[in-house]
Amino acid sequence: MKKLINDPANVLSESLLGVAAAHPELRVDHEHKVIFRADAPRPGKVGLVSGGGSGHEPLHGGFVGHGMLDAAACGEVFTSPVPDQITAATNGVDGGAGVLHIVKNYTGDVMNFEMAAEMAGATGGAEVVAVVTDDDVAVQDSLYTVGRRGVGVTVLVEKIAGAAAEAGRSLSDVAAVARRVNAEGRSMGLALTSCTVPAAGKPTFDLPADQIEVGIGIHGEPGRTRVPLAPAAELARMLVDPILDDLDFAGDGVLAFVNGMGGTPLIELYLMYHEVDRLLAKAGVSVARSLVGNYITSLDMAGCSVTLLKLDDEMLRLWDAPVRTPALRWGL
Amino acid sequence: MVDGEAIRSWLSLFATEVARNRDLLTQLDSAIGDADHGANLDRGTSAAVSAFGTADHSSPGSVLKTMGMTLVGTVGGASGPLYGTLFLRMAGCAGDAERLDAPAFAAALRAGLDGVVARGRAQAGDKTMYDALSPACDALDDALAAGRDIGDALSLATAAADAGRDATIPMLARKGRASYLGERSVGHQDPGATSAALLVAAAAQALSGQVSA
Repeated sequence: MKKLINDPANVLSESLLGVAAAHPELRVDHEHKVIFRADAPRPGKVGLVSGGGSGHEPLHGGFVGHGMLDAAACGEVFTSPVPDQITAATNGVDGGAGVLHIVKNYTGDVMNFEMAAEMAGATGGAEVVAVVTDDDVAVQDSLYTVGRRGVGVTVLVEKIAGAAAEAGRSLSDVAAVARRVNAEGRSMGLALTSCTVPAAGKPTFDLPADQIEVGIGIHGEPGRTRVPLAPAAELARMLVDPILDDLDFAGDGVLAFVNGMGGTPLIELYLMYHEVDRLLAKAGVSVARSLVGNYITSLDMAGCSVTLLKLDDEMLRLWDAPVRTPALRWGL
Repeated sequence: MVDGEAIRSWLSLFATEVARNRDLLTQLDSAIGDADHGANLDRGTSAAVSAFGTADHSSPGSVLKTMGMTLVGTVGGASGPLYGTLFLRMAGCAGDAERLDAPAFAAALRAGLDGVVARGRAQAGDKTMYDALSPACDALDDALAAGRDIGDALSLATAAADAGRDATIPMLARKGRASYLGERSVGHQDPGATSAALLVAAAAQALSGQVSA
């Protein structure tokens, strides 16, 4: 394992020291491992809290700031934060208008956020509403399983719901917008390589040089199928086709998001974006906005995911609204 | 009778076994999950053993509560809430009693299992810790009802947990991250069922000396 670390056990806490040093506009609670906007809580504004295992940076800590999250609870690498951390985040952003939890649909995340919300309810804390993201079309949804994973659409929910909260909308309004973004978004990813969790010291799965995993999540968990490596044009089809099969994207325009998994250079992500854009044009889907880059990653995994979001006027306006966070900033 | 000290030895032995099997648990989890079960559970059980040093262990309930709270606060992932809820429900069932007789211990374990079901919504055959714990609870209840002492009953429960753990190998996972693999989860032993079997085996070893009353 070759990594820029001192001790595998201290990767998260030492990284948070760096976040605090680099971003005076944020406040880091090192005891609870929570990243806050320095001006939280903001009276009268709905507080937005997300969180999850670390290793997906910039998600979630990199999205804390004006127009997006008020706090992010950082779990160990690929491990959900515990209820105490989520409770600290919730209390720290409670400006009296309630708190929205944005939770990716993973068993551990859902349970820990649930326990934190139960504790808030039991102790007379903030009113909490949770929105669970589940946009990964690689997972077949069924009554008998845990449902789809929350992946790329989580970034878009945090931006769009964040803009709604910044505009002073109510908790139920902000939650409704967040749910609509999740309902209208779909994602699919692939991995060219596995990733190495610092504490494990070796790649999570073996992937021969000429093979790729299609339908991966963001934790180095193997995907649904393993196929031979193919040219980017074919890989783009493997990601776009299942998304278009799952939801009708014809209409006003979509947000097309090509996301890197952490170990793939931007030059390849833009090449993939071109392939995705061509496929969408051929399918009669018009692109209104785009996002290309490493936003929800899986440590050092090489690969990418594609997320499409069907935008309506309100979502478009909220997407364009000013945002100022370490990883996403425009209009300010 | 099982007192607070006996529960403490049981859970300390469980912590030792988790540490000894840390790599195995992680290796099982890397096949069908995200390669962190050994590390996460070890972090929690080690923290609980440290907490036992200072916390009240005058009653089974107080020790179980320390265990549950520590696991919820340190493990994360799904294992934290699931194991945490198991011990917190056991603590609730044990109440303030200074000692538990064999049926009361079995009832507490059953309450813990019910808590796991409530938290994780797992059923038999989903390829989870439930598949080891549930047969263990059944075997414990049956053996006690047949008049066996707690040592014998926990040995039978251990055998049932081990068989339940082994039975997860051919199962198709329907809960947790392993469920994302679909058919590819078949042929792998479930890491949660494996750690749950360690918990039952530790009970047999630590509590069998406690003659039932």
